[in-house]
Amino acid sequence: MSAVVSVANIRKAYGSTVAVDEVSFDVEAGEIFGLIGPNGAGKTTTMECVEGLRRPDRGSIVVLGLDPVRDVYALQDRIGVQLQAAQLQKRITVQEAVDLWASLYRRSVDGTRLLEQLGLGEKRRAWFMTLSGGQKQRLFIALALINDPELVFLDELTTGLDPQARRAIWDLVRGIRDRGKTVCLTTHLMEEAERLCDRVAVIDRGRIVDIGAPAALVRRHCPARTIVITTDDAKDDESLRAVAGVVSLTRAGSEVTISGRGEELVSAVIECVSERRIRVRDFRTMMPTLEDVFLTLTGHSVRE
Amino acid sequence: MLKGLWNLTWLETKIFVREPLGVIGTVGVPVLVFVVMGRLVGGRVSAASSTLPPAFSVDVPVLAALLISVSAVLSLVTIISIYREGGILKRLRATPLRPHTILTAHVIVKLAFTAVTLALMALAGRRYFPSTMHVPWLAFTLALLYTTACVMTLGFLIASLVPTARFAQPIGTILLYPMIGLSGLFMPVEALPPALGLLARLLPLRYAVSLLKGILTGDGWLSHAGDIAALALVSAVCIGISSRVFRWE
Repeated sequence: MSAVVSVANIRKAYGSTVAVDEVSFDVEAGEIFGLIGPNGAGKTTTMECVEGLRRPDRGSIVVLGLDPVRDVYALQDRIGVQLQAAQLQKRITVQEAVDLWASLYRRSVDGTRLLEQLGLGEKRRAWFMTLSGGQKQRLFIALALINDPELVFLDELTTGLDPQARRAIWDLVRGIRDRGKTVCLTTHLMEEAERLCDRVAVIDRGRIVDIGAPAALVRRHCPARTIVITTDDAKDDESLRAVAGVVSLTRAGSEVTISGRGEELVSAVIECVSERRIRVRDFRTMMPTLEDVFLTLTGHSVRE
Repeated sequence: MLKGLWNLTWLETKIFVREPLGVIGTVGVPVLVFVVMGRLVGGRVSAASSTLPPAFSVDVPVLAALLISVSAVLSLVTIISIYREGGILKRLRATPLRPHTILTAHVIVKLAFTAVTLALMALAGRRYFPSTMHVPWLAFTLALLYTTACVMTLGFLIASLVPTARFAQPIGTILLYPMIGLSGLFMPVEALPPALGLLARLLPLRYAVSLLKGILTGDGWLSHAGDIAALALVSAVCIGISSRVFRWE
């Protein structure tokens, strides 16, 4: 695996506000990499520096072997970009937008086929202003893919979309990676990051707090596990409490909540249930999520 | 990037035509003003004598031409601020298009509509002007396009300084229309109070009026080299400032 994006110690301030502070990360070829954090954390500024739309105050960025400031036009020919909250001309048609974009790059894929793949085949003659939020985002994905880029940037792609449209977009993004491209995205939705990203950089107040695969970050920062068992058998609570790794056990009616830590906790509890022949009606594990990781790392919720 | 410029220009032309209000504002209003003035003044004049007084044969067409020019510039200011606010400029900039190509496309669209409006005005004017009157159409059109292009650089400056699309049109109007009053068309610049006179000398429309009047009455380009140079200088200053302060988002 080689890095297609290398960011080292970039800093960007607007007046006295430091938007991005000593940020460093690499994006590997073929992965979906996410910059995750709350609104205003510096995700978009970081990404726009990498895209060559902004010039960092200091630090170095190499994208596909190019300097995004000096080689911006060469870079933009090889990357695909979807910007946060961007619009197009109200009365441009979907086909016109795709054709214009196709004409701007040295190489381009078949726009009509691309629109079909993205489910916009029926909308080719529609004006931009008449499209739904999900259709607009799919058009922006089409524009980001029209030049068959090696690297695609997606900034808050599903913000404002309903859950169904969001899931459809996730599938499209996985499809981009499966075609061998590298994807770099930002999101403030931890669920989106967890489901979509191979690796994430957690960013808060302009700084990167940690980088890793979502599951690895959860293991590293939130080792606590919770298991909820529904059983009328109360006689074995003490055996469950004695299982290695269990920190606490509480019972409310027939519901037993076991908290503990460590990778082995779940299988140890299952073994105990099976050995003691405890009759369970339900067995659930509650895994910590990236939301919990974020809370642990920053001391505040991603929504605050 | 010529292909990109051509494609963007053609597309922006189509998009502009799709918005009826914009077309009526930039093309319809100046022609309408001209026709109304023609009806009010022209009918009486041509009945009375076969030769037109210069106030009608020169000032009215030049005023109408200035209106065309100013409404084209206002339309540019409005579109640029709407495009900026909607993130359209930023999205176009995140392509291999050069930034000046994006802006040039809009200038070309506006110049094309300026020429179309002038042509419509000429057609409408044939009813009010005696056919014997000689108008150097080609030279006058070129002079108007040159003037409009120069005033557009002022438009970019206004678009750079006005923060939101909501204010772009009214502020542009407040700045540009009074300039017509100071252009020397209604009152010679020499007759203005000293402060206003100085201001008039700094604004492009005074030179625009001098050039348009001259070309319309058959002067050669060389005799207006001063006006042409002054307009070029104003443009250079405006381009210099706006290239520093122009905001893409």
